Amino acid sequence: MKRQLQSEWFSRLFDALLPVFATLAALLIGALMLLFLKVNPIEAYKALWTGAFGTSNAFAETLVKATPLLLVGLGICISFRGDVINIGGEGQMIVGALLATWVGLTFVNLPGWLVITLSMLAGFLGGAIWGGIPGILKAYFRVNEILSTVMMNAIAVQLMNFLLRGAMIDPSQAELASKIPQTARLPEAFHLPRLVPTRLHLGALIAVILAILVYILLWRTTLGYRIRAVGQNPHASRYAGIKVPRYIVLALLLSGAFSGLAGATQVFGVNYRMITDGSASGFTGGAGFNGIVAALFGQLHPIWSIPASVLFGALLVGANSMQRVVQVPSALVTALNGLVVVFVVSSEIWRQRRQKRRLTFIDQDEEHAPPSDKEQVSPSGAGT
Amino acid sequence: MISDLFSATVLIGIFASGIRLATPYLYAGIGETFSQRSGVLNLGVEGQMLLGAFAAFYITFITESLWLGVMTAALVGALMGLAMAYVTVNLRAQQGISGIGFYLFGLGMSDLLFQKLMGTVETIQGFPKIYIPGLSDIPGIGEIFFSQNILVYGAYLLVPLGWFVINKTTLGLKIRSVGENPDAADSLGVSVERIRYFTIILGGTLSGVAGASLSVGLLNVFQQNMTSGQGFIAVALVYFGAWRMAGVLGGALLFSLINSLQLWIQVLGIPIPSDIAVMMPYVLTILVLVASVSRVKAPSALTRPFERDE
Repeated sequence: MKRQLQSEWFSRLFDALLPVFATLAALLIGALMLLFLKVNPIEAYKALWTGAFGTSNAFAETLVKATPLLLVGLGICISFRGDVINIGGEGQMIVGALLATWVGLTFVNLPGWLVITLSMLAGFLGGAIWGGIPGILKAYFRVNEILSTVMMNAIAVQLMNFLLRGAMIDPSQAELASKIPQTARLPEAFHLPRLVPTRLHLGALIAVILAILVYILLWRTTLGYRIRAVGQNPHASRYAGIKVPRYIVLALLLSGAFSGLAGATQVFGVNYRMITDGSASGFTGGAGFNGIVAALFGQLHPIWSIPASVLFGALLVGANSMQRVVQVPSALVTALNGLVVVFVVSSEIWRQRRQKRRLTFIDQDEEHAPPSDKEQVSPSGAGT
Repeated sequence: MISDLFSATVLIGIFASGIRLATPYLYAGIGETFSQRSGVLNLGVEGQMLLGAFAAFYITFITESLWLGVMTAALVGALMGLAMAYVTVNLRAQQGISGIGFYLFGLGMSDLLFQKLMGTVETIQGFPKIYIPGLSDIPGIGEIFFSQNILVYGAYLLVPLGWFVINKTTLGLKIRSVGENPDAADSLGVSVERIRYFTIILGGTLSGVAGASLSVGLLNVFQQNMTSGQGFIAVALVYFGAWRMAGVLGGALLFSLINSLQLWIQVLGIPIPSDIAVMMPYVLTILVLVASVSRVKAPSALTRPFERDE
């Protein structure tokens, strides 16, 4: 019995560490690529580390980068748990930011705290709309959400360019020939307060609090339970009386809302205006995609997504310093992020296999080890 | 002005560039149709296209051989496909998410290699136009259909070829059965694994060529993220075309004709904001997806990993 418990404990630990192994494997491949590019990988990774954690400013910068990743990632936790693949983080960030910026530039006479609150809500709403549309399309018209969210990304980019070059353009840019697509700067009173004398802003704290709330939502409320039930087995859920389409829409809508909030915090906490180079990542910095990476790395758990976001924030910040010190383009980190995703989803199979083995083991030995809540086979079976 | 759109030269121009712009969608879309018919959603097309586009351009740039460039692109795409096949078939990883991983890998890798190996944007002499004797002299039609480069012709030839393989050969039958009912196919002795490996690698190869058709066939330049979402559109076109080659062809033509119209609207200075014009093909794709998807059934086993019950 004692030995069984030990192996149980060990395999739990192993499961928790799988993403870490996946990252190490990706970094190892990265090292080989660096060697191929005739760069000393140790030097490169050292530059990456100091760039991300070397000074308190560097660490604050890492947390600033981690904030949108966590917010997008929280949305991903909700939608992926509901078996809805939301690839539309980029577009949802953009629309959320547009709506929030509009609020900030319109209600200039209201007190700062009120405008900040209203704009964060506007960001939430904008993202919810942009996520809700593919949700409705999936739930009621059976349009694949992966495709519709990708299309919605493209549409959002053009909407952003249209507004930032037209109706919302900075009046001073409108007079210049350069016409940089950016809005006017938000009044000082509307900036998200800074937490410590660095660029770290209130958004980071909001994100952490929301992570706890999303955890409660998913595991302590009926709404969250139903979203997860629909994700695990829509047929069984339907027989249980859950209105499946409604929860598909809700999963995408909430997911989009968090991305929209991420966009709003970028405007009100970092740039103090909305600015782009005409592409999606020109505004989002790719957070709409990297947030997916962070959430997957955190095993779609809101709390684990916090350290995961810090890790990927660090990679992004470190990539810039690596580019400065050893002249390795920061694109390397994008490629490594891709590898991490591939490795993490590939390593799932080992977890499932062990889970299966654990279950057969429990079956044989039922009176000694009743399965805990977590280990119960999902209605759809462990093999899916 | 608006009336300019209806002059013969402009109309011919719109159609000729529409036919040309459909090329990458056709290569990638046909490849994706093969993998989806066997039950695998390859969402890494965009990444495969980007790496293919870079490989074709770089090899052409240093060897001055266009064909060597295209073949390298095909090889790079095939290798990406092989990796994707291992991950989705053997490791049974979730297809949509691993596709995103391969996309990010291709996006970063092509950018990294571009900056390290080239550094600046260069141009090359791409594939020349081939005027098909006799046919290219027909007024209008000749310029639209018979004055394109070899990669464009190749893409259109692939449509009937793909249709033939899927519908009229034993291989096609196996692909379809693996996509509809892998357990039944397996019990009849069809190797689900081998068929899926084949279709995913074929899809990767064609995506690589799709990238090449952009960098050495249409634009003759390589830039970071030059595919700008075309790989994702190609995947959408497979749904749009209801998993049939003719449907993919129709979708690709519709999409690229609207795109071409949009480009000409800008060229002619018609006062429609360009951002809104660029948006139109995407809005239209969503609308057509809404109209078409509810009628058609996807391959039953799409996105479902196959595991033999022991």
